[in-house]
Amino acid sequence: MAKERNPDAAVVSQSAQPGDARSIKKSGVLWGEFAIKSWLASCSFISVVTTIAIVVLLLKETLNFFEHVSPGEFFLGTTWTPLFEPSSFGVLPLVWGTLIVTIGAALLAIPTGLASAIYLSEYAPDRVRRTIKPVLELLAGIPTVVYGYFALTFVTPALRNIFPDIQVFNALSASIVVGIMVLPMVATMSDNALRAVPVSLRQGAYALGATSYEVTTRVVVPAGLSGVMASFLLAISRAIGETMAVTLAAGQTPNMSLSLFESIQTMTSYIVQVSLGDTPSGGVAYQTLFAVATLLFAITLVINIISQMILNRFREVYD
Amino acid sequence: MPLTTEQENRNLLKRHRKARFFALFCATITWSSVVLLAVLLYQVSIEGFRWLDWQFISSFPSRFPERAGIKSALVGTIWLISLVALISIPVGVSTALYLEEFAGNGKISKIIEVNIANLAGVPSIVYGILGLAIFVRFFALERSLISGALTMSLLILPVIIIASREAIKTVPQGIRNAAYSLGATKWQTTWAHVLPASFPGIMTGVILALSRAIGETAPLIMIGAMTFVAFLPEGPMDSFTAMPIQIYNWVSRPQEEFHQLAAAGIIVLLAVLLIMNATAIFIRNRTERRMK
Amino acid sequence: MKYPAALLNKSANVPLLLFVSLLLGSCSGQDESQEAGATDSGALSGVVSLDGSSTVYPISEAVAEEFLTVAPRVRVTVGVSGTGGGFKKFLAQETDINDASRPIKSSEMLEAEASGIEYLEIPVAYDGLSVVISSNNDFVDYLTVQELQLIWQPGSTVDSWDDIRPQWPSEPLRLYGPGTDSGTFDYFTETINGESGASRPDYTASEDDNVLVQGISGDEYALGFFGFAYYVENMDKLKVVPIDGGNGPVIPTETTINNGTYSPLSRPVFIYLNAASMARPEVKAFVDFYIENAGVLASEVGYIALPDDLYQQAKDKVSAL
Repeated sequence: MAKERNPDAAVVSQSAQPGDARSIKKSGVLWGEFAIKSWLASCSFISVVTTIAIVVLLLKETLNFFEHVSPGEFFLGTTWTPLFEPSSFGVLPLVWGTLIVTIGAALLAIPTGLASAIYLSEYAPDRVRRTIKPVLELLAGIPTVVYGYFALTFVTPALRNIFPDIQVFNALSASIVVGIMVLPMVATMSDNALRAVPVSLRQGAYALGATSYEVTTRVVVPAGLSGVMASFLLAISRAIGETMAVTLAAGQTPNMSLSLFESIQTMTSYIVQVSLGDTPSGGVAYQTLFAVATLLFAITLVINIISQMILNRFREVYD
Repeated sequence: MPLTTEQENRNLLKRHRKARFFALFCATITWSSVVLLAVLLYQVSIEGFRWLDWQFISSFPSRFPERAGIKSALVGTIWLISLVALISIPVGVSTALYLEEFAGNGKISKIIEVNIANLAGVPSIVYGILGLAIFVRFFALERSLISGALTMSLLILPVIIIASREAIKTVPQGIRNAAYSLGATKWQTTWAHVLPASFPGIMTGVILALSRAIGETAPLIMIGAMTFVAFLPEGPMDSFTAMPIQIYNWVSRPQEEFHQLAAAGIIVLLAVLLIMNATAIFIRNRTERRMK
Repeated sequence: MKYPAALLNKSANVPLLLFVSLLLGSCSGQDESQEAGATDSGALSGVVSLDGSSTVYPISEAVAEEFLTVAPRVRVTVGVSGTGGGFKKFLAQETDINDASRPIKSSEMLEAEASGIEYLEIPVAYDGLSVVISSNNDFVDYLTVQELQLIWQPGSTVDSWDDIRPQWPSEPLRLYGPGTDSGTFDYFTETINGESGASRPDYTASEDDNVLVQGISGDEYALGFFGFAYYVENMDKLKVVPIDGGNGPVIPTETTINNGTYSPLSRPVFIYLNAASMARPEVKAFVDFYIENAGVLASEVGYIALPDDLYQQAKDKVSAL
């Protein structure tokens, strides 16, 4: 009946009745569907085109780079001094730096973010949630430069009180600050995911005598795992790609030491150093930037493929 | 052997105590983050308040700290974010809708999914290099607002897409089925039911994405945003500057007064961010409701 | 069920209106028009774009700011992509003038030839690279150029102060300096170690000289170098080391840098002009203004004026175009 039809579906013309295929075709609904579907599909292909463009851009110069420097030296060398004389092109210190900062940031942000999300969706009264969530999102918007200076002027001196040997540039500061930066991402997206879990599931568990802890850890979080894991992935991606805060907090000295108290350099920090710096284009030194960027791209690709495979195992669908 | 009543009660008490402790633990962590934010904001802005006045907002940059202001940067940022929102929100949400509602679960879909997740991890400077090569040089858009906006849109698109997809996924299939059973087409269902239901989640993604865009410096410098600009942009093809660039420039100067000016600039930036977030949050709160 | 019609809810529009009004406010054109004396440059209009070194930026900014008062309708923009990044844009003809804290490199010269770009090199000011120590350091009286080379050369084994002079304490030497892609680093390594980029890699590097100030001032056994302006602003926290370039130890001051006695660490900074851009009257007027006023403005922002005859030489170069 026309009355029960969705009043917002204004595309349907007056004369169409359910089942009257010829009239539906005449009313243009199906053409409209096709046009819209084409628009949506072309939007999706923008992302594919972007990736292709990035890969083409990076690969071209990377291949030039490998004409001058052997892949063996690049992938296995442990000294990275391409901008000094004499130069050396072992990329491992940069990979190590990226690893330290990303893992450190993830260790800080993921548990904290998830705990905050649980508090916001399961325990906090509505008013409290409505105030805190925007506050956390404000943390996400603070410019990365500010985080860098926060690390230098607050975090490192504070750390110095606990560890007197810590240097002015150090990896620990960078990890902490990047962790704070991606925390809101984890918290707010996980909160959304947890809230989307149907209330009936929780009620069923409570009815069986479960405590709130058991309901949360055994029912709600597993149900919302897809969204929660997506937030982890996004946070890690952001942490890997973070530049200015890391440069300001950890300095720019490629270093393979295990100590968190010394300056290190990440792949991303190096890329920015060269792009915005003084190196003339066309030389091997400039091409290093593309080689490092390609390596980073490849690493994130592998991580993402693995995570997609894991994620697909865990996805639960509720009706 | 079944437990005695006493054993059962003890067990129950232990579990409930654990639950209370857990709730307290989560609450503490959340409030600590809030405290940390307060500390950060205090640290950053304490120096800047002295310089924050109408003169600061309405002046162009200068080599004299007393005369310097953030007007061109503020307007540039607002222009930039508006353009970025206009471009990236429709494209991002459309992509998410296509991938969730219209595309199948085939190989192509999976490839696009991995692809987008990967793009989220590409450093912002690489987007700057891309933007320089494609928008500034190839499309000859010069070092204008539109080049900057297109570059930043590419940068934040993955965030919007991923967050929107998660939001759309949480809409119960039952709602869609009910609409189909009434004869609605796929798009009608999507537009009238799925989209409104997933709106809060989409807004979260938009907030996170635009917050990221407003604070980025490196890609903008790469595509040619200026630092000293003594006029206001009059259209998308004009040169521009942005607040993070100005802040970074002031903070790198030797004179202490410029550092304090930078702090004032940060306060203004955060204020813009707050207004932007408040708008989105308001929209989100109005459209949010728990799924039964 | 709330439809996207919630967007049309009136009260949600208040913050949006704020945005829109600021946008519209910006469309009303230039506000800061200081109508100076009616010279004929007041009628000039157009765009002059500069980019390049962050070291030279304060000077260019000062000139651009003052130029606004004589030619209010000319839009001058200054970017900070770095000397190298600026050259890339300059050689792609995207900028009219490149700020450079080092002379043009041979690879860049070749590219200019290949692209058919004719350029002019104009020195605009001096910067005195200052070697600094913490104000708590009481044993360093001066350093010779040879000692500096000993400390900073690639493969250097100097790890503590007594490796430089045996009478100094045997405390570890901690080095600080600008990053590898700054003109300051290039100049220092070329002058002290003989080749641009030649340096020991194990020092604390930072792009931001303020960070170096913080690091050195807090560390009694630290040694670093950066531009004169950063030393002048922090004289309470740092001591400058007199440098002996062969004629006795000299402290960098405005005088010693200007008359060349502080050597070899006083270096000129440049602007590079695109000869083709100079055909535009607004660019020519700007460049003339720059050379005329660089001396005065440079010292306002922490740099040192060149001797007058060098400015005259520059003017002659420009008018010979």
